[in-house]
Amino acid sequence: MLPNTLGLLFFFGIPVLVAFYTSFQEWNAIQPPVFVGAANFERLVRDDAFWNALKNTVVLAVMSVPVGMALSLSVALLLNQRLPARNLLRTAYFLPVVTSIVAASIVWTWIFQPRYGLLGNLLAPLGLRDVNWLTRPDLILYPVAVVTIWLRLGFDMVLFLAGLQAIPRELYEAALIDGANRFQRFWHVTWPLLSPTTLLVMVLSIISAFQIFDQVYVMTSRTVRGGVGGSATTLALFLYMRAFTNSEFGYASAVALVLFLIILGITVFQLIVQRRWVFYQSEGE
Amino acid sequence: MLGRRGNHQTPFYDRIPLPTVGVILTVLCAGAVVMVLPFLWMVSSACKPPAEINRLPVTWAPQNVSCAENLQALYATSPHFTRYMLNTAFMTIGRTLGQLVTCSLAAYGFARFRFPGSNLIFAVLLGLLMVPFQAIVIPEYLLIRGLGWLDLFAAIIVPGTFSAFALFLLRQSFKQIPLELEEAAEIDGANPLQILWRIVLPLSTPALAAFAVITVQAAWNDFLWPLVVTTSAETRVVTVGIALLQGQRNTPWNLLMIGSLLATLPMLVMFALLQRYFIEGISMSGLKG
Repeated sequence: MLPNTLGLLFFFGIPVLVAFYTSFQEWNAIQPPVFVGAANFERLVRDDAFWNALKNTVVLAVMSVPVGMALSLSVALLLNQRLPARNLLRTAYFLPVVTSIVAASIVWTWIFQPRYGLLGNLLAPLGLRDVNWLTRPDLILYPVAVVTIWLRLGFDMVLFLAGLQAIPRELYEAALIDGANRFQRFWHVTWPLLSPTTLLVMVLSIISAFQIFDQVYVMTSRTVRGGVGGSATTLALFLYMRAFTNSEFGYASAVALVLFLIILGITVFQLIVQRRWVFYQSEGE
Repeated sequence: MLGRRGNHQTPFYDRIPLPTVGVILTVLCAGAVVMVLPFLWMVSSACKPPAEINRLPVTWAPQNVSCAENLQALYATSPHFTRYMLNTAFMTIGRTLGQLVTCSLAAYGFARFRFPGSNLIFAVLLGLLMVPFQAIVIPEYLLIRGLGWLDLFAAIIVPGTFSAFALFLLRQSFKQIPLELEEAAEIDGANPLQILWRIVLPLSTPALAAFAVITVQAAWNDFLWPLVVTTSAETRVVTVGIALLQGQRNTPWNLLMIGSLLATLPMLVMFALLQRYFIEGISMSGLKG
């Protein structure tokens, strides 16, 4: 037990502290680090590129989380019936989860290519064959959101299915005896009893949306990394480019701290909501 | 554990009229086609000769199947591709075995022994679960650079051996084992390591398998960390390899598709064989929140 504890503390615990400290340093490839107080954060506040990355990340979360959750819940509800070929269908929805984001993003980049891409040709009757989804700053976040939803849907579906299967059948039977129709059973039994799962899926999706990196890295690497004019630069990609392209470790650490605080905020939000609104069947979990 | 908490009830199923079943199936199948289409398109494009890739009208299936030629062309463009695949396999196995060993030892320790500060240490380790990897990638990189491990396999395998998540999951599952079994073994004179090896681990095989499968999947598909710490073809993993290939702007799409196919295939095969454990692992990780 000691080796793992020490290993965790060494490789992850210390970096957390160092990350905090580094964010107060000026650090480049040549000179040794210098303590600069809050200068990195002052620069951050004035850096349009940072605000742009934050905006893109929030927009991606807003585009992908609600749609992804609605889709995965619908699929889970439909699959949670006695259906022929149920396992086959479940496998199909789950398949993207096991593929690497990098490989999947390359395939989707090809699908979104103008002129010869699959999507453009499917949409050709609408005159959309030559749309350059990945170079137009006003469009590029849509393909990224599509890929993000596609990659995550199966994962959320499995969580929802597990939540649905854990609802005691007596409750449905009781509702049936009371003459509740399908919609009433959903609204008064399924939805409240599923709320812990719904909250969990929501929080996990938001957290993962704030960490989107692989997709944008790959999908923009044929044109301009991070999209034309930074139109697809997410917080994580911004951090990566500052640190590992520009060697601005101090400044990038300030970005990392912001990212950490955002995710911490989401987690705290989850804990508060869990206490107040979410319905649990039994206490003492 | 979701749905595994003792009550092995059969879930409630609605009695649905046949036409409704038809509608549901149609909707689900349409969705499934969208989900699977990128895979089919990848395979189809991976087998098209260059002339068919950039041609209108677009064809669904290749007219001249030329996977072998594309594979040769891939190796001409990226001579170390096999090396990348082997590197990925090596690091995946190293990380998974490492996690199984260190995390099961630690998880057993935290599940069964109390010592001064054990709760505090466990709480700190759990706190690490909340820290996104991207927030510590910089100090992690500086640490590895300080150790002189940049561009070594150790840079990926060693930090990947420790996981707060695995520790948490395995501790939960060890705690569910009845204490009497372990006490009986202790009376028979077994030491804690023997108890772990002979009793606890065999009884936790389903949890260990589920955990191993999702660890393999995550390690195989890891991208950001290998991208940061590897620089040469000798240590490069396949995800970084195909991303670089994509970055060379004129790489033809049929080569990228066959590269992606090769990078994806092992995980698809593993999924086909071990689907149950994947689903189990994901449901387990639902606990994380």
